[in-house]
Amino acid sequence: MAERSITLEVFRYRPDKEQEPTFQSYTVPYREDWVVLDALNYLKDQVDGSLSYRWSCRMGVCGSCGMMVNGTPRLTCAAFLKDYYPGPVRVEPLANFPVERDLIVNLDDFMQKLKSVKPWIVRDQEQPISEGEYRQSPAELANYKQFSMCINCMLCYAACPVYGLEPEFLGPAAIALAHRYNLDSRDQGQSLRKDVVFGHEAIWQCTFVSECSVVCPKDVDPAGAIQQEKVAGALDLVKSVLMPWGSR
Amino acid sequence: MKPYNRPISASWWLSKSSYLLFMLRELTSIFVWAFLIYYLVQLSHLAKGTEKYTAFLERHASFGWILFAVLALVAALYHSITWFNLTPKVLVVRKGEEKIPPALIAGPHYAAWLAISAVIAWIVLRS
Amino acid sequence: MALVHDVLIIGGGGAGLRAAIAAVEADPKLDVAIVSKVYPMRSHTVAAEGGTAAVIKENDSLEEHIKDTISGADWLADQDVVELFVKTAPSELIQVEHWGCPWSREPDGRVAVRPFGGMRIERTWFAADKTGFHLLHSLFQTSLKYDAIKRYDEWFATKLLVENGRCQGVTALELRSGLMQPILAKAVVLCTGGGGRIFPFTTNGAIKTGDGMALAYRAGVPLKDMEFVQYHPTGLPGTGILITEAARGEGGILVNKNGYRYLQDYALGKPLDVHDPKHPQLRTMELGPRDKLSQCFMKEREKGNTIPGPYGDVVHLDIRHLGEKKIDKKIPFVRELSKNYAGIDPVYEPIPVRPVVHYMMGGVHTDIEAATPLAGLYAAGECACVSVNGANRLGSNSLTELLVFGARAGRSAAAFAKEHAKLDTSALEIQAKDEQERIRKNFIAKMDGKERIATLTAEMRTAMESGAGIYREEASLKATCDKIAELKNRFKGITLDDHSNTYNTELTTALELENMLEIAETVAHSALQRKESRGSHQRTDHPKRDDEKFLAHSLAYQTDGPPRVEYKDVVITRWPPAERKYGDS
Repeated sequence: MAERSITLEVFRYRPDKEQEPTFQSYTVPYREDWVVLDALNYLKDQVDGSLSYRWSCRMGVCGSCGMMVNGTPRLTCAAFLKDYYPGPVRVEPLANFPVERDLIVNLDDFMQKLKSVKPWIVRDQEQPISEGEYRQSPAELANYKQFSMCINCMLCYAACPVYGLEPEFLGPAAIALAHRYNLDSRDQGQSLRKDVVFGHEAIWQCTFVSECSVVCPKDVDPAGAIQQEKVAGALDLVKSVLMPWGSR
Repeated sequence: MKPYNRPISASWWLSKSSYLLFMLRELTSIFVWAFLIYYLVQLSHLAKGTEKYTAFLERHASFGWILFAVLALVAALYHSITWFNLTPKVLVVRKGEEKIPPALIAGPHYAAWLAISAVIAWIVLRS
Repeated sequence: MALVHDVLIIGGGGAGLRAAIAAVEADPKLDVAIVSKVYPMRSHTVAAEGGTAAVIKENDSLEEHIKDTISGADWLADQDVVELFVKTAPSELIQVEHWGCPWSREPDGRVAVRPFGGMRIERTWFAADKTGFHLLHSLFQTSLKYDAIKRYDEWFATKLLVENGRCQGVTALELRSGLMQPILAKAVVLCTGGGGRIFPFTTNGAIKTGDGMALAYRAGVPLKDMEFVQYHPTGLPGTGILITEAARGEGGILVNKNGYRYLQDYALGKPLDVHDPKHPQLRTMELGPRDKLSQCFMKEREKGNTIPGPYGDVVHLDIRHLGEKKIDKKIPFVRELSKNYAGIDPVYEPIPVRPVVHYMMGGVHTDIEAATPLAGLYAAGECACVSVNGANRLGSNSLTELLVFGARAGRSAAAFAKEHAKLDTSALEIQAKDEQERIRKNFIAKMDGKERIATLTAEMRTAMESGAGIYREEASLKATCDKIAELKNRFKGITLDDHSNTYNTELTTALELENMLEIAETVAHSALQRKESRGSHQRTDHPKRDDEKFLAHSLAYQTDGPPRVEYKDVVITRWPPAERKYGDS
């Protein structure tokens, strides 16, 4: 049986050589169980070593290999060639991020936003280690568990038209992470996150397009997290109006 | 060595069906507002007396205005249904470790809507 | 303008992040930096699944954990290290719980534990079956609290800067710009992980190329116990993706082509019915240690009892009897991975599995304080060999090791940094310039090479699997040693397609191959010299354990030719070497 093949149209950008990006067409062998990442690795190993992209675990947990595949943000380690056959398959860097080189985008904005929501346990009083673990019931764990599953792959930012049009938007993953900590029974830091999360560049910029939750490979449901924070934000506003003397 | 910023086209919302449906959902609010204003105008004519009101109704029996009313109804329905279906994402109720099924959050919204509509229909139709 | 810090940590995974936090907590005035070739969330800690061990329940004791670890290590672990490791483990895991790690819980809100291979009593803490992911993200997010921790994300360290017998920094390539810069520091900690990618089938991600081990090796630090490579018994065929030991901890069984639980033929005890409340029995059958289970697969294959598949022979890991509810609650990631990458739903079908390379027990030689013989250089995590794990690591001890020795290394490095001022920077900057020139000449500017990176890498992997796999013997080990030497020579003629500066990942792949060839050589030579069988190192020509000659750690030193292997006695305190028995409960 003749070996089947499939064409990849890959976005190339070599800032050392060119001002504008181009697309390069490659033909790779088609294998039933290959994912797009396997095809890219084949290209880099055998055809064109200058193709640059990020990857590592190839099992959908490290979040490195997010790219646009036929216009949809996907983890290329989880995008099977057989779902695109006979192709061609267009591979581009994640949308809404500046492109550094080929399929590699600049993540500085996200990293800064991640830090800005104070994604750590905040407590007035730390319990000493000698007293053991904080008690947390399975129900309390279930409250925030879903929102702790984010692998920081940023497919949600690539899918969000608000982030694309207004880059100061805090964005789905960052807000979902803030929500994860706000819901954690051990955390007491909700008021510390308010300025950022209830700010005008955060939850109130979201128009509930929901595409972020559609593309999330880990079912974090950032859209749900943002709307739930909006409820919290609205209640907070009502409280501050009705009881302005209350502690913030 | 500068990063390259890809421009976003003004027709971004035509590139995906989910984006298009989102835009239509948002646009339904224009119809809802328009119909509300129309209704207030209609009420103000009602306040001016039977003659003025009858004239108003005759003017607005044309095909164009009926089409507007139908479109506004469809838009309002789409607006309400998408909203009700999204409520389980916003209101999360837990029983122990499990979330209660989304149907039990959206369901009461639909039920309340039907109940109120039934009451209004009864008031309007019995006269 | 030189980049200068007090403590410099190479690697931003579990050990590196823990070390950084420990250093700033030891002294908040210290300036700590982490250099990582990837963003920290991508570190391979993220892929660990099953859990992390520490004594916390009333029915358990430190003594039991120590005994399990020492016998698991086939008596090659240093017992003073194991004692410290076991004693420190519970407080480290509680600390990480305080930092937000979402441990799975009992109904009363306390942390839950699950059974794991080689342990007499359940003591493995877990966060569903994504423990490494949750641990890494909890550590990473907590590290963001400390302004004193600066990060160099996507900087590739290429060489240790050593002056006057003291390590004082590294040269590192900034991927974004292609610029090579020296980063100077009073103390350096290597937390760069293992090197499973020298083998063709591995659970390890792309980044596991033994970089830090190679850095230390080239600086004259010996690599200890490199011959001990752990094959995890249940990896997916083809991809090598990990199916966690927790699947067996929850009661999963291994069967051959006849549906027979073959482990009972290999002194691992007698099987209980899967619905027996006492199943799975600890330290028995499927909960035996990993090295033995992988060896059993090989023996079954020889007998013709394994199941042929498109990627070689497999056996079946059957978890159907656990039921959908338990699977979705306790091991949901196993289900997800099986569906995506093995094409089966383990609720209804057994999972095809085979042994794949998973962990390196060996690494940079350190003492109990995480210090290497090179002043100012420390190491922790999989890249180090303290040794906690000896000849074979028990599942769920590694994540604990990251925390215990990551913290220890951070504190040791902080103390060293406080007591030692930096020396003359001009000498270091000359070294850095030489390194920059070496990279430029050998890779970027080189136009006349003929060897492709992928070709050399494939040949290295084939040689390692054939000669330095689960069962080894003299002739095939010698062949592998020769092959690696040949590949090192051919590497000088390497050619790149990419001569650019911005994100030249072909250059970093070449540097990684250079590192992999070094450590592959130490694995092969150390294995050749160890003429006994112990733990994960099995010689068909020397099938017995030889405590008289080889109750010792191998130390591989770099020379101009093949590595020079010396030996260092194992520290025995209270547990004299005994026969390693399983299936005895």
